[in-house]
Amino acid sequence: MQFFIEVLVGGLLSGVMYALVALGFVLIYKASGVFNFAQGAMVFFAALTFVGFQEVLPGWLGLEAGSGVVFWLAFLLAFIAMILLGTATERIVLRPLVNQPHITLFMATIGLTYVVEGLAQMTWGANVRGLDLGIVDEPIAWLMDNYEIGVSKFDLFAAGVAASLVALLALLFQYTKVGRALRAVADDHQAALSIGIPLQTIWRVVWAVAGFVALVAGMIWGARNGVQFALTFTALKALPVLILGGFTSVPGAIVGGLIIGASEKLAEVYVGPFVGGGIEGWFPYMLALAFLLFRPEGLFGEKHIDRV
Amino acid sequence: MKLKKTVLLGAVIAGLLGSSLASANEEQFIGLPSYRVGPYAAGGSGLFGGWIDYMQLVNERDGGVNGVKLTWEECETEYNNARGVECYERLKKKGSTGNSVFQPVSTGITYSVLEKVPQDKIPMVTIGYGRTDAADGRVFPWVFPMITTYWSQASAIVNFMGQKEGGMDKLKGKKIGLLYHDSAYGKESHAIMDKLAAKHGFEVIKIAVAHPGNEQQSQWLQIRQAKPDYVVLWGWGVMNPTAIKAAAKTGFPREKLIGVWWSGAEEDTIPAGPAAKGFIAAGFNVAGANYPVIADIKKHVYGKNKGNMEDKTRVGSVYYNRGVVHGIITVEAIRKAQEKFGKGKALTGEQVRWGFENLNLDDARLKALGATGFLPPLKITCADHEGPGKVKFQQWDGNQWKVITDWVDSDRPLVRGMIEESAAAYAKEKGIKPRDCSKEG
Repeated sequence: MQFFIEVLVGGLLSGVMYALVALGFVLIYKASGVFNFAQGAMVFFAALTFVGFQEVLPGWLGLEAGSGVVFWLAFLLAFIAMILLGTATERIVLRPLVNQPHITLFMATIGLTYVVEGLAQMTWGANVRGLDLGIVDEPIAWLMDNYEIGVSKFDLFAAGVAASLVALLALLFQYTKVGRALRAVADDHQAALSIGIPLQTIWRVVWAVAGFVALVAGMIWGARNGVQFALTFTALKALPVLILGGFTSVPGAIVGGLIIGASEKLAEVYVGPFVGGGIEGWFPYMLALAFLLFRPEGLFGEKHIDRV
Repeated sequence: MKLKKTVLLGAVIAGLLGSSLASANEEQFIGLPSYRVGPYAAGGSGLFGGWIDYMQLVNERDGGVNGVKLTWEECETEYNNARGVECYERLKKKGSTGNSVFQPVSTGITYSVLEKVPQDKIPMVTIGYGRTDAADGRVFPWVFPMITTYWSQASAIVNFMGQKEGGMDKLKGKKIGLLYHDSAYGKESHAIMDKLAAKHGFEVIKIAVAHPGNEQQSQWLQIRQAKPDYVVLWGWGVMNPTAIKAAAKTGFPREKLIGVWWSGAEEDTIPAGPAAKGFIAAGFNVAGANYPVIADIKKHVYGKNKGNMEDKTRVGSVYYNRGVVHGIITVEAIRKAQEKFGKGKALTGEQVRWGFENLNLDDARLKALGATGFLPPLKITCADHEGPGKVKFQQWDGNQWKVITDWVDSDRPLVRGMIEESAAAYAKEKGIKPRDCSKEG
């Protein structure tokens, strides 16, 4: 039983990490109705920019390497870089495609992926970097000693960060003018424009917020596995989460993440040995596919009804 | 008469001048299918940097191989099979004599061009990767999986564990976890580990990690439950630091986690941070800049600002040194082939193939190259395209790799038996008549 609980808790906490990446997708989808294929590349770009600034700032400004000042300055500069990236994306990629079919915008984000990946490596090099956030990735001693259950301190920290982000974003969408404008844009570009909502500004804001989410996700995943190209693969983990939770729901991303995380770990441990193992890669997709049959809009997604 | 003599003399002088000019312009082309962007760029930039630096060293210090300058061109594969094949086609006719050798640095690309190289008469060298049974040169005359194959490596790792335990008989009843990348590369370990388990009486617990391997919680929970004595990490890319960190999280001692050579570079340990301290990995080359060959590269190449590495601190890293090993083997094969086909001449791929097949890097030659202990002594024959099948083990001390063993042998009779069996099956399937090596010159 202890082992089952450990697998379950570990899975739930992993799911929160997936949800962190999924949040970025949800934001862009809500604002433009586009599945942003470049979200994984943005996570990589953000994390690499952060560690890149951490490396160069001490030399530029004569600061002590690894100090708090360098950390927060690098964070701020990386966030500014994400805002610039978002603004450039809006200006160069999205603006010329206003009112084009969604598939056109989706294809544009595929192209954007290659540009962002290349830009990141061209600017900061291809070296793999470590990232230390000061939180040790080890089990909580009390739980281990008393119940023999290993729950990582780092995973709990990541869960806390994700919960805070969700709360912040929920407030933004529900209770601010920008949030309401954003939902209007998501529903219909033309209608939103006709009532005076500045589409370009909303898109820039959303891409900046998605950039911030990518930065946080990149830092957490980077601290866990190193800052390297493989951060782009985190998007693969977010896809089934989105299908399950719904592309338009922030809480859905979290719930979807929890379900995917827990079920893939339980499946790997209890079903994997009977089918040769390594099922974590495809099991979430199979689950999402099965889910689509019963609820195509996801758990919390908006039901789309077309009048004939 | 006088005019005739003058014309004749002039023609002779012109002929001599022409031939000397031709010799001075001889160039040997080497096509490099590299990967400097994409998921594996970190390793690729080190490996190809070291390789190019070594060839540059030969040009700068020695004026080429017996006066034949080495030239090269990179072709970006991004570690993608389709692009690898495209690069093979693009490079094969470059240079005055075509591409001398194709070294794909990817098992996938190796398989993709395996049947093309005999047709194009270009030798394919796969150092530390590729198709293991191609070590049987009777069936695969054009393929050279040199120094050591995956099967030899697995066997050497088990031998190392035996050494640690105080004898191979002490492995009886032990449990060895095999955490492998769920791909053809990862599964290459299964057959040999099963054979070794049957021979030495240990149990193998195989645990697959789905690509890319950035999430391994469930695998390490299974490992914690099974309580193995050792875990072999057969990983690639992000799977490696993730495994090392997960081992630390579950309290598995890093000294008992033994990586293969694609798991044992700075790119695998640095992202894992302090968790990597104590981690051990096999290698057919070692890390470190305190070898005369590296000192020469620093002096003759970086001293003239002709180095390939943007980040010079990576000179002497595992991947960089692996690139230098690629360079040494390539250059020495060309040198060997020139002994037979003419010193100072650019050679065809077919001629260079002979050089690879007759390569003999003994202790004296390695010493002359400034590479004693850098790679194992290597002798290739018509039948054996692998060579020594040995590895050294290195341990990460928190900052750098430290060599902790001499060259550790594999179980040669067992591995060679498996190679010959597998190669014979391939020959039968493809209708290939194995060469009679007693008739090869």
